Amino acid sequence: MDQDQGQHHEHHLHLPHGPSEPTHHEEHVVSPRIYLVIGATLLVFTGLTVAASLVDLPGDLNAVVALAIACIKMTLVVLFFMHVKYSSGLTKLTVAAGFFTFIVLITMTMTDYISRAWGRW
Amino acid sequence: MDSQTLAAQTAETGNIEHGEHPPFLRHHFAGVEQQRETATFGMWLFLLTEIMFFGGLFCSYLIFRNWYYPAFVAGSHSLHLWAGTLNTTILIISSFTMAMAVHASETRVRKALIGWMIATIILGCAFLCVKAYEWHDEWVEHHVPGLNFSPQGFLHGTKDYPDDKLPLDMAEKTQVYFSLYFAMTGMHALHMIIGVSLLTILLIQAYRGKYVTGHVSPIENFGLYWHFVDIVWIFLFPLLYLISRHQ
Repeated sequence: MDQDQGQHHEHHLHLPHGPSEPTHHEEHVVSPRIYLVIGATLLVFTGLTVAASLVDLPGDLNAVVALAIACIKMTLVVLFFMHVKYSSGLTKLTVAAGFFTFIVLITMTMTDYISRAWGRW
Repeated sequence: MDSQTLAAQTAETGNIEHGEHPPFLRHHFAGVEQQRETATFGMWLFLLTEIMFFGGLFCSYLIFRNWYYPAFVAGSHSLHLWAGTLNTTILIISSFTMAMAVHASETRVRKALIGWMIATIILGCAFLCVKAYEWHDEWVEHHVPGLNFSPQGFLHGTKDYPDDKLPLDMAEKTQVYFSLYFAMTGMHALHMIIGVSLLTILLIQAYRGKYVTGHVSPIENFGLYWHFVDIVWIFLFPLLYLISRHQ
């Protein structure tokens, strides 16, 4: 028991010359070529979303297409420009948890808004 | 060095062994890598609060759009599609130049870092200029709620949208659209102004030789902020300009 604790302790100490931490993360320099490709892709998607808005699509499809393209663009920015693809598990988990919480809040609010008047008409 | 030796040393000298280390490395971090990782974590936590903040605005926009649908469609029709598209393009290119600035800091090339930072500042200012032009146009059109709003423009149809003939009570409700429009684009522009100001300070420091000696965190975290502001616009653009074009 004591021995276990000792080992556990040592692993989590951040010593200047000590053993490398379990969460140690080597920074990754993203190449300019990837930035260029992502930037160009984002511009293409911008063109696509403007073009799609000029076409009269049935029902709410215009909104669905525009927001779907916005989500794709956001994902590209987050993964590549913001380095999340190359980040540590901690950063990935933080970002994912944040977006998850945000989606829960939006969904709950919208669910309440849509259903509040149910049964009253 | 194990924990006992460290504890003994700390008790003896009052601080941990002070070997050679880069001047920007704070003593409570094990190394540059860990310091950078910690800074990134903190920056993301801040950005998550920003997501919640702008998310609230987006959420109220969606609800009010359902509520006063014809008013929101007519309000959206009054915006210039070309201006929104131009600004989206400017911001995406500025995100690219900022990503390149981070790359220049990582590869320690001072000239490139300064160049990409200046490019980002210029693009940020260009965005604000286009936005200012649009706001001025909305002022001229009497579309600013609380200051000079008039529903007249939404009663008889416009040149491009002759069918935008709203009854007076619904025409008044375009104020809800424009209130949210100014709140959202205004908060976004405020973030841009803060961004350009911070970047100017970082530029002066970079000019004096900082951020090309392995100290990447401030540039990288500013990049995260700048890309976040870009993402906000990526959603503002379809919501405000695009999704009501054909309604």
